[in-house]
Amino acid sequence: MPKGTRISSYQIRHIILQQSKRAGVGHIGSGLSVADLIAVLYDHVLHIPHPDDPERDRFVMSKGHAALALYAALFLKGWITEEQLNTFCADGSMLGVHPARGLPGVDFSTGSLGMGLSFGAGCALAAKLQHSSRRAFVLMSDGECNEGSVWEAAMFAAHHQLSNLVAIVDLNGQQALGYTADVLDLTPMGSHWQAFGWDVHDVDGHDVVQMAAVLDSFNTAEGRPHALIAHTVFGKGVSFMEGQIKWHYSPLSDEEYDRALAELGDGS
Amino acid sequence: MRKAFAETLAELARQDPRIILLTADLGYMALDPFSRTVPDQFINVGVAEQNLVGVGTGLAEAGFIPFLYSIAPFAALRPYEFIRNGPILHRLPVRIVGVGGGFEYGPNGMSHYGLEDIALMRVQPDMMIVCPADFHQARTAIQKTWDLPGPIYYRLGKDDLSVVPGLEGEFEVGRIQILSEGADLAFLSMGSITNEVVAAAEKLRRGGVRATVAVVSSMNPDPTEDLVRLLARFPAAVSVEAHYLNGALGSLVAEVISENKLACRLKRCGIRATPEGLTGSQTFMEQQHGLSCNALAEAARSLLE
Repeated sequence: MPKGTRISSYQIRHIILQQSKRAGVGHIGSGLSVADLIAVLYDHVLHIPHPDDPERDRFVMSKGHAALALYAALFLKGWITEEQLNTFCADGSMLGVHPARGLPGVDFSTGSLGMGLSFGAGCALAAKLQHSSRRAFVLMSDGECNEGSVWEAAMFAAHHQLSNLVAIVDLNGQQALGYTADVLDLTPMGSHWQAFGWDVHDVDGHDVVQMAAVLDSFNTAEGRPHALIAHTVFGKGVSFMEGQIKWHYSPLSDEEYDRALAELGDGS
Repeated sequence: MRKAFAETLAELARQDPRIILLTADLGYMALDPFSRTVPDQFINVGVAEQNLVGVGTGLAEAGFIPFLYSIAPFAALRPYEFIRNGPILHRLPVRIVGVGGGFEYGPNGMSHYGLEDIALMRVQPDMMIVCPADFHQARTAIQKTWDLPGPIYYRLGKDDLSVVPGLEGEFEVGRIQILSEGADLAFLSMGSITNEVVAAAEKLRRGGVRATVAVVSSMNPDPTEDLVRLLARFPAAVSVEAHYLNGALGSLVAEVISENKLACRLKRCGIRATPEGLTGSQTFMEQQHGLSCNALAEAARSLLE
């Protein structure tokens, strides 16, 4: 697979299936749900000349359980090697189910939901205080918005007009044990962020062209923080996973793996 | 120590723009010496301790040294998982400042007491702990630790007037301070309760029992060598802390005695039961829980019998 070239959703989905099968771990549906978002961010939006550049944009994978999608992007950017990628979930690996700082390109360790937006707000505030134009992007899940701490951070960011903070909510309508509408209904998601004083945009979370255009349109120099409410399909790209609660945790059988790969096709 | 903290930090912050003081809406008047001196380095995040720690983590990642201020249980307990997954896991120089350990918030009741903060921080191997005994020591401790790498928990008392005799404001990371020498037993004290311990030692002296009094204000790294050296000289020791019995100073001393095969009997004085129902002044509550100078002296006497 080419490194350091354009990053496509297809490549990310392919790596998610490959690595989750090899390691025998789940969270596949969550990864597939954000594959297009991660592709847009790493191919087009994030300004990261080098993972150690202090002036890079910060990215917080607040829904840490979708780390495999992030690892795919880090590999495609050329920041981690194929050998490293292939250690996913192995003994002694830097690549666990949830991302940990220390791996090039991972700014914050996550895995416990509801912390990432506060981390991102701190990053955005730091940039403002340092008169830097760098930005902070936080990718969250809709289930994660059950956490009260999310709304502490949302209040803070709006009050301090952290225009350089972008919260992306992966609105796939599912959480671990059920559909979000049945567990704690936050419909319509955007209205909550609006009420907290954010600049809110609903987008199709699988339309990379639309997402790129909306993200490009954000005024990150001044004004309100931005919420991108990305309407996604859990398990997107693999028909038998789409919208199925089972695929929050389940790993793939050999037969399911073959079918999933066949559905992805050759990326053309 | 709040005044000493705010003044000392303001002096440092004037020289170093990396210092930011964030409060979760507490410190009325107490933080004025800071907020008036360096208003651009002061933020009230509102009543939101989890976000306080999360924002502090993000600031520290970018090179700031954030001090996060609240009353001890609100600073240490409410956002505990944020502290663990943020500053500790990322090894960032975030400073958690918990004010009013033990019963210092008196009639405010159980919600405001800091009874387990040190224990919670001590179980985290990479969280440095600083618990000064008076405001002079607090000032020195802040001056000596503010820019160290990694996170620090400061437990600061409310008292800005009392001075612990013999301490002379000394502080060293990983060391203890000896206030007075006596050959019969050793008192080990942590934090603002130290003047009760000094008074207990004085009572004992009048009864012919001579006690050494030492202050333990630094843990993680623990002052193990100092403690071994001290405890090896005594047949008996009494640890005193305005904290639950398990997990903080008394536990540390017991661990040091045990792991170093010292022949020293230990009496741990701390809070043994959940303080529910009764409330009152700090002094009343300390009396109720066996932390008055009389009770401490009695504990020492019974240990020597």
